[in-house]
Amino acid sequence: MSGIKQEQRKFRWLLLSPGLLIIVIFTSVPALTTLSYAFFHWKGFVRGSWAGFENFDRLFSFPFRDQFLMALRHNVLVFIGIMILQTSLGLLIAYALYNLTRGQRFFRTVTFLPVIFSLVIVGYMWQVMLDPYYGPINMILGDIGQPTWAKAWLGDTATALPTLVFINLWRWVGFPAIIFLAGLNSISSDYVEAARIDGASEGAIFRKILFPLLAPSMTIITILTFIGAFEWFDLPFILGGSNGSPAGATDTLALMFYRLSFGSIDSGANEIGVGSALGVLIFTIVGVGAAVGTKLLRKREVEM
Amino acid sequence: MKLLLSKTFFRAVLIFNAIIIIIPVLFLFNSSLRETNDFARTPFKLATDPYWANFTSVWQDGDFAIYLKNSIIVTGGSLILILICALGAGFVLGRYDFKGHSFIMAFVLSGMLVPAKLAILPLFIQLKWMHLLNSHIGLILVYTAGALPAAIFIMSGFFRTLPADLDNAARIDGASEFQLLRRVLVPLVRPGMSIVAIYSAIPIWNDFFLPLVFLQDPEKKTIMQGLTIFFGQYSSQWGVLFAGLTMAALPLIVLYLILSEQFIKGLTAGAVKG
Repeated sequence: MSGIKQEQRKFRWLLLSPGLLIIVIFTSVPALTTLSYAFFHWKGFVRGSWAGFENFDRLFSFPFRDQFLMALRHNVLVFIGIMILQTSLGLLIAYALYNLTRGQRFFRTVTFLPVIFSLVIVGYMWQVMLDPYYGPINMILGDIGQPTWAKAWLGDTATALPTLVFINLWRWVGFPAIIFLAGLNSISSDYVEAARIDGASEGAIFRKILFPLLAPSMTIITILTFIGAFEWFDLPFILGGSNGSPAGATDTLALMFYRLSFGSIDSGANEIGVGSALGVLIFTIVGVGAAVGTKLLRKREVEM
Repeated sequence: MKLLLSKTFFRAVLIFNAIIIIIPVLFLFNSSLRETNDFARTPFKLATDPYWANFTSVWQDGDFAIYLKNSIIVTGGSLILILICALGAGFVLGRYDFKGHSFIMAFVLSGMLVPAKLAILPLFIQLKWMHLLNSHIGLILVYTAGALPAAIFIMSGFFRTLPADLDNAARIDGASEFQLLRRVLVPLVRPGMSIVAIYSAIPIWNDFFLPLVFLQDPEKKTIMQGLTIFFGQYSSQWGVLFAGLTMAALPLIVLYLILSEQFIKGLTAGAVKG
């Protein structure tokens, strides 16, 4: 028996170690060192002397302070926008799918299709669709409405960010829809049938039974949306570049972090110290926000 | 009557949603088969007389084939490494009980919380020091590290649900632990492997951020990163741009239409318990 035990022990470490080693070297070590980077002076990619909180001070003073506040504001707006649009539409689609007796598979497949697309493809596809001169969207708008309806949606500081949120909606809405659908399907049909026998309307069944029981799905969607919104990078980068064009209208914290880390097109030099300070801050916002949010939302799940 | 009305409303919602999703994709495919000037005059006309030259120019002029090859190497390499490591670690964590088990499990789970983008600077410097910057192997290792925590977690869940009698029966028959894993258990956790494969491979195939930071050599760039270069080069030739986008999007769309259930399960694996 001890032969087997010994064989198991050897085998166990043989199987565990490759995966664990890769995680330690390429995730744990960099994640821990990234915290330390914020407390040193940097010259290009070379580390200098201990800096204390100097990098944080610089982040909160000219010229970084204004950039930081504007980017943070955008992240908050994007979170609110995605939460309202994507979650309610996702829920509507999920409820529609749930009520469908035939063709559910087809509509489910179509709904989830954009989620598999690369954001590069999604971004460029919409850039062409929204082109101010040749884009079909503006042609349709110009035809059915006033010619002034047609505009450079991505080039105008007033519409650039909302347009990005819309593109994000197109790409992502299938995700909450599928999560909510899974939540709806996991609810025992006994509740719904009992309520129906008691003469409850479909609206009342949704509000009083289904929606409260969807609370766990709502928690997951809210937390994932929060994390996604405060680490928002790919779509604004693809469509607005690292400077958040036009004129910083689509700048986000993650874009600013990227510029500080690897240098921007206009200023050239990078600021690893300030960038890492910002990285620590983003990580704190996301970590604390997700932890507190999960706690509050879980409490709400129990109460409902 | 009211029930019927709501059914009609829901059907209308889904049809409208399907149209909003499908139209841009069809528009993309259709426009990839039209000549640029022709397209600029009448963007909505159907490509009844397909202009295949767009695709030939993509294939010949752009370094498209190289990008595609690189993406296949990076995604395939990562996938193999992820599956091997996750099978091994998932087996051990799902089926053995030993001292340190819960510590290792907690460590693996903590790895799911680290946002890779924020550790990008130390990773960059570390890869440079290890001479893995600008290399596919470096990229594969970083992707593997990012996907492994969830992959191990999913696999260990699948291994745990298999009955313990299987192991004992195999051992009594004289199977070694490795034979037990390979011959008996691996065939039974295939559904888990397909979830892990999709969960890890799709984001890697679609990613452009890590290649953007880690790869500078044009010969090494991946398809999604290549598309950004391609868009700069052909900014006025819309037909060619559409053809490039179509070629980059089509393989995944076809795979998705064949394996949609697995795709949906795999890509929501992080959010749905089960």
